[in-house]
Amino acid sequence: MSPSVPLQEMIRAIRSARTQCEERGVIQRECAAIRAQFRQADNGGRSHNLAKLLYVHMLGYPAHFGQMECVRMIASPRYSEKRVGYLGAMMLLDEKQDASLLITNSIKNDLSHSNQYVQSLALCTLACMGSAEMCRDLAPEIDRLLRASNSYIKKKAALCAVHIVRKVHDLGELFAPAARSLLAEKNHGVLHGAVVLIIELCERNPETLERFRKTVPDLVQIMKGLVLSGYSPEHDVAGISDPFLQVRILRLLRILGHNNEGASDAMNDLLAQVATNTDSTKTVGNAVLYETVLTVLDIKSESGLRVLAVNILGRFLLNNDRNIRYIAMTSLQKIVGTDHNAVQRHRGTIVDCLKDQDASVKRRALELSLALVSASNVRSMMKELLLFLSSCPAELKAHAASGIFNAAERYAPSQRWHIDTILHVLTTAGGDVRDETVPNLIQLITNASELHCYTVHKLYRALLTDISQQSLVQVACWCIGEYGDLLLRGECQETEAVQVTEDDVLDALETVLQSHMSSPGPLTACLSLHHFTTASRIRSIVSIYGSCIDVELQQRAVEYNALFKKYDHMSLFPPPVCGFPQVCDLLDLLGGSEETLQPSPAVGAPAPGLLINTASTAGGDLLDLLGVLEPAPLAPAPTVPVYEKDGVTLTLSCEKQSDTGLTVTLTASNSTDSDISSFTLQAAVPKLYLSLAGPFLAASHYIKSFLLQVNLKMRVRISYTSQGSAFQDTVQIDSFPGLDAAGQ
Amino acid sequence: MRFMLLFSRQGKLRLQKWYTATAERDKKKMVRELMQIVLARKPKMCSFLEWRDLKIVYKRYASLYFCCAIEEQDNELITLEVIHRFVELLDKYFGSVCELDIIFNFEKAYFILDEFLMGGEIQDTSKKSVLKAIEQADLLQEEAPTAKSFIFFADTTIV
Repeated sequence: MSPSVPLQEMIRAIRSARTQCEERGVIQRECAAIRAQFRQADNGGRSHNLAKLLYVHMLGYPAHFGQMECVRMIASPRYSEKRVGYLGAMMLLDEKQDASLLITNSIKNDLSHSNQYVQSLALCTLACMGSAEMCRDLAPEIDRLLRASNSYIKKKAALCAVHIVRKVHDLGELFAPAARSLLAEKNHGVLHGAVVLIIELCERNPETLERFRKTVPDLVQIMKGLVLSGYSPEHDVAGISDPFLQVRILRLLRILGHNNEGASDAMNDLLAQVATNTDSTKTVGNAVLYETVLTVLDIKSESGLRVLAVNILGRFLLNNDRNIRYIAMTSLQKIVGTDHNAVQRHRGTIVDCLKDQDASVKRRALELSLALVSASNVRSMMKELLLFLSSCPAELKAHAASGIFNAAERYAPSQRWHIDTILHVLTTAGGDVRDETVPNLIQLITNASELHCYTVHKLYRALLTDISQQSLVQVACWCIGEYGDLLLRGECQETEAVQVTEDDVLDALETVLQSHMSSPGPLTACLSLHHFTTASRIRSIVSIYGSCIDVELQQRAVEYNALFKKYDHMSLFPPPVCGFPQVCDLLDLLGGSEETLQPSPAVGAPAPGLLINTASTAGGDLLDLLGVLEPAPLAPAPTVPVYEKDGVTLTLSCEKQSDTGLTVTLTASNSTDSDISSFTLQAAVPKLYLSLAGPFLAASHYIKSFLLQVNLKMRVRISYTSQGSAFQDTVQIDSFPGLDAAGQ
Repeated sequence: MRFMLLFSRQGKLRLQKWYTATAERDKKKMVRELMQIVLARKPKMCSFLEWRDLKIVYKRYASLYFCCAIEEQDNELITLEVIHRFVELLDKYFGSVCELDIIFNFEKAYFILDEFLMGGEIQDTSKKSVLKAIEQADLLQEEAPTAKSFIFFADTTIV
């Protein structure tokens, strides 16, 4: 076909423009000429003009004045003009333009044209930009073409029908019978179109899907023909006979076999055959295998076949081609929940992919690795993951860090290991961890009482090496403040002994203060250390910051100074245990929202113990301090029932852990005959009984030594479902066994 | 397939085919965004990436990037084969195709694409069949009467 000279000349002219401005000039001139040409009568160059305009449009310039010309060209009897006209319609007109309606008639005429290439243009355009209205109008025509035309048109009509069904769902019913009969055709193009159409119909309408299930044997037959047949030059791609059709049929089989035993059985053998016989040396073979695997995993296949499929994915993981590794991991991710053990077998390869160069592959490998961590492999997996964390791309760091934390929490073999792991993460990626990590870590450290010495030594050393990680510094300062005595004592079972003097510690804290200007953590740590050290240096550090520019630091320093002056004998106070509840937002009893504890999964299991700190908030009555210094003797824990109704009983027992800690255990039991589900228990206590949450934990540290004489009250709300109906009830508990009236 | 883009390494769009109704403004935005992402990829990287709610499959042939957007449940590997088949068709038609062919004969590239894919799906899995159809259509174009024919247009022109 001879090239369009005017078009090519224009393209050359545009390309030779050296600046954007010059290009715009050329385009403007050309568009003016084109517009003039459009207004003239036919001069034999109409298709060239429109083609020029389409080029200009592709460069990004406005071309809407060509819309009507497209309409005119489509109506032309000349094929050359129709061709460009339809192309223009597809590029310039979309269903939102009014002009698109004008071509409906032309399309209708051309659909019945004597020449199949004209018919083809109409079909293609309708399938590309046909609006719902146009589709409704022309659907009967398409149906007619599906039944009675040559293969060339049938295959196109089938794909046009797909578009129509997407636009107007109800019309699916119209095409179903024709689609069914097309499956008997021999022409691959028609078969392919038919399968695509059937897939669309089945996805839209479950009833249609039911009816098409009967075609499974036919589809299996067609596939067998493709897989077992000899070499067919026309459809062969690298030794696979018509891979495109194979993939489509496999997809349809997947839809038909999903959740259906009968259909799945019927295709079982075929899938096994395809899985074993397909040559996997080239991409095209792997494409078919991939689709097979997806199908096997989505239908009710027998276990042998499933294992075969997972093994194929395992082989993919070892493939040199990065694309294949990537899709293998994507697929494994989907089944790691259901076929966990099968995927575990390939853990080694997956972990290796963490070291891949490609960020997408790394991301996939990370997701899978996190999903594969279990109690038995946690140590080795965590080693790999921590290694990964130190060198992973920035966008994956936050995700990796939180994934590691979750895994560590679920499967930590020992507390020391857990603390080590968290510290490791904080040192490598402290900037990317979420905010609640710090309180969680502190909670963990508090609970691991035997490791306090070890932890504080480790954190101190971490602080000395690097003070750039905010979260690490916060935790370290708090820990030093809390367990400073253990640090200064020098000896430690778990790590090598190192002599740390008061001055060393204060040096470290001062360094932090100087660099992390807005964090009062070190100041508060100083305050805490006041217990175990000589006061003078601490006081001087704190008073310096009384005139600091940073308002927060200044305020703290002044407050602490006041405390020093007022309570010279603070060093007599025993170091209290600082623990605080995970839940940070318990509101007071007077109508505030309540915090939900973890719901009990099984009725009859005791509700998790609620750790309540009987301490005041900042600004509590400090003068009440004095006199409450002796730790109360630990009382035995009597159990009293606090709620009994409809067979559900709640009993309560209190245990004083120390002078500041109280454990309240609520046990729920079900004495009815039927099971209770969705049991939730919510407890609220007055605001006064809260410790401060947030990074400046050590601030509450000294406050906790001052007990308030307030009565402890608790309101508990339970809700559950029994025998189909929901129940909810609230009970207020005013007296706690083991505590006297003063709430001590 | 939702859409297919062809663009050069300098970020010049050479062909765009959209298989879903999209506003012009959105098209431009998506093209810009996607070109930026794909052009930033290094040579050895994976041919697949996730973008918005779609999967992007791209492959570079000489100086042109062929980029397709497919749905979540579509097969990426077969899409690579579809791209390859399209390149083969262009190659056969133009005789060792290069970017300039596609620039100066863009409308023919579209004609070939429209004979190969419809609504984002393959029309015919036989390469020979597709090439034959294009050949025939080209011949038909040549046969068009060159004589001026006002009279034919009188009742079909829409103003």
